[in-house]
Amino acid sequence: MRGLRQIFAVTWLNLRNLPQRIGSSVVAVIGVAAVVLVFAAVLSMAKGFERTMISAGSDDTAIIMRSGSTSELTSGLSNDQTLIIANAPGVLKDGDTAVMSAELYVVVDVKKKSTNTDANVPFRGIQPGAFAVRNSVTLVEGRMFETGKNEIIVGRAAQREFAGLDTGSTIRFGQTEWHIVGAFEANGSVSESELWTDVITLQDVYRRGTSFQSVRVKLQGAGSLQELKDALEADPRISPDVMSEKEYYSEQAAPLSRFIKLLGYPLTILMSIGAVFGALNSMYSSVSVRGKEIATLRALGFGPISILFSTMIESTLLALVGGIVGGAAAYLVFNGFQVSTLNGASFSQVVFDFAVTPDLLIDGLYAALIIGAFGGLFPAIRAARLPVAQALREL
Amino acid sequence: MKYFRLVWKNAWRKKIRTLLTVLSVFVAFLLFALLSALGFAFRGGVDVADAERLIVIDKISLINLLPMSYMNRIAATDGVDAVTHASWFGGYYQEPRNQFGQFPVDPQTYFNMYPEFNIPAEQFEAFKRNRTGAVVGQELADSYGWKVGDRIPIQATIWTKADGGRTWEFDLEGIFSTDDPRGSSALMLFQYDYFEEARAFAKGTVGWYILRVAKGADPIQVANAIDLQFANSPSETETSTEAAFAQSFTKQFGNIALIVTLILGAVFFTLLLVSGNTMSQSVRERISELAVLKTLGFGDRAMLGIVLSESILIMLMGGLLGLGLGWLVVQGLAQQMGAFLPGIFLSPGAIAGGVAMMIGAGILAGIFPALTAMRLSIIDALARA
Repeated sequence: MRGLRQIFAVTWLNLRNLPQRIGSSVVAVIGVAAVVLVFAAVLSMAKGFERTMISAGSDDTAIIMRSGSTSELTSGLSNDQTLIIANAPGVLKDGDTAVMSAELYVVVDVKKKSTNTDANVPFRGIQPGAFAVRNSVTLVEGRMFETGKNEIIVGRAAQREFAGLDTGSTIRFGQTEWHIVGAFEANGSVSESELWTDVITLQDVYRRGTSFQSVRVKLQGAGSLQELKDALEADPRISPDVMSEKEYYSEQAAPLSRFIKLLGYPLTILMSIGAVFGALNSMYSSVSVRGKEIATLRALGFGPISILFSTMIESTLLALVGGIVGGAAAYLVFNGFQVSTLNGASFSQVVFDFAVTPDLLIDGLYAALIIGAFGGLFPAIRAARLPVAQALREL
Repeated sequence: MKYFRLVWKNAWRKKIRTLLTVLSVFVAFLLFALLSALGFAFRGGVDVADAERLIVIDKISLINLLPMSYMNRIAATDGVDAVTHASWFGGYYQEPRNQFGQFPVDPQTYFNMYPEFNIPAEQFEAFKRNRTGAVVGQELADSYGWKVGDRIPIQATIWTKADGGRTWEFDLEGIFSTDDPRGSSALMLFQYDYFEEARAFAKGTVGWYILRVAKGADPIQVANAIDLQFANSPSETETSTEAAFAQSFTKQFGNIALIVTLILGAVFFTLLLVSGNTMSQSVRERISELAVLKTLGFGDRAMLGIVLSESILIMLMGGLLGLGLGWLVVQGLAQQMGAFLPGIFLSPGAIAGGVAMMIGAGILAGIFPALTAMRLSIIDALARA
């Protein structure tokens, strides 16, 4: 108990004369703040991207593509094959018709607003079932496209990110003019980066005959995915890859988010090492400036342990302040910041927001505390071991 | 220079503090080296593009194929010296994550178009003779341990064969290297004739054309002439220089690269701030010693020089070590991961920029303490101590 009171007293003394050492303390705080800022900023990019990709996928929707294709873009299915899928077991039926959408996925060049350069924007031909097989896609502006006309509805995110996609405007791809008649929202998921039109129109304009690239079906229940998989794989007329939509989007997200994390974690570690040096420097100078003070306290009977802890606490508190400043800055500057990038897996643009999530901020604070503890440890040991008589003589 | 020993001794006056400062500068420049190299990879070979080569792609999107019949029409266009073509195969080796560029090409015209690719003559002849032959870049061969004579199976993601199979087997006939240390050779080339014959669909098409502009012809005019020729046809074209084509890819990654650069720039300057502050602090603490030096007869200029040199010395010690280690790491990465992260390279420009930054930061951190030291009044300073 007395020990605790001693620690508290010495720490309070330290903190009260902190303003005298404001320069080096502020620098230590800034160093830690920068680490947490960068950590949260880089990883919030991965978080936001994953959220956009994964929220698009649902467990009770299956996606079927040609075996071996790594994305919808590289797949191909014939009209007959889509009919086989429609009649396969496990597919949810609405009356007599399967709840499904056979789709065509192409890429068109549209200018990015921020850079005014061409970007690969995904352009999807859908069947009326597309809304039923996807969770939470809703038309929020204008009207639905009409079959047989060159009409498009656009995702909200695509509309914000790319030029010339406002409802009511006309856009030209090659020799074909398209009218934008509406906009849809999809909970911020990857679908919002896309342009949608009627699949038959798209097949016609892109000279794809009656071929499709993927089929999405609503599943009947929990075991239906396996049932559908077994049935289709046994059918000699089709060689499909069947997976849940969730699984598909996780796979599509993996390479880019792995790349960002591969960049983010080593960077954070390297910078943390730099910040530890900053904290060490600041605490060493704090200890050396307070040499006489510490020696006086020791002469008055304060134990080495209380000196040790008070120095550690000072360093940790400084780091914590840095962590909070850095985390707050990351949240204010980056959270919700919209960007778009080329997702290599699908060779098309994905529009997403940075997501500075609470767990990222908490991880950042942990990093700050570790930096503070390391930065304080050796100076604290030095302070505790200070030979009293010699330090007092230096007066 | 004659004061070097003095500057050196001064710098190590407080060993731990100097060591910590050197180490944080070291970390800052290690970071700088890695980011410059990564930035170079991100720019995606824009710097190595050839201004005389033009790329012809479908106007709507690169994913749309062009008819093979365009080859002769492009070759016959005024101002075109030579033309070849390539297509995107998009397969993988063993596992989907082992992806790299594979292109069906016409061997003779393709290698004529890219003189920077070097291949032993006998290997090239063997490649041309073997219908299922393939050649790969040195980086790729190193990554997967391939040797000439190996049989390499590639899994197709797009191009199923007419017989329904999706494994394409190639005989490795040669390994080429590239003259330009900055260029990437992480790609595989094989015979278009084999590709055309064996694929199940889209026969008679290629992905894009590459042409060389004749000497004296204006690349912009040639590009316009080609696009005009195919205007209002079912496959309209868009012709651009190799640099613009490479750039259009890089720009697609868009703001991401820019944001990463901005964040990291901020980090770098924070680390410099941390070390700069400690340096000026250490000079302030030695004011009385500096006054003694002045008493001994050191002039104002010498004082300025001594303090500034100390600051620059500390920056250079940490910075050069950091750049040096960064360079080693980048070399290692380029060798180990050439196939996955092509074009990672620490350019001489980046190194020179780094050294300039060390000196600049040294001056910035040292100038105010140095001015204090220069203007020091001996009596005041000694009295303060």
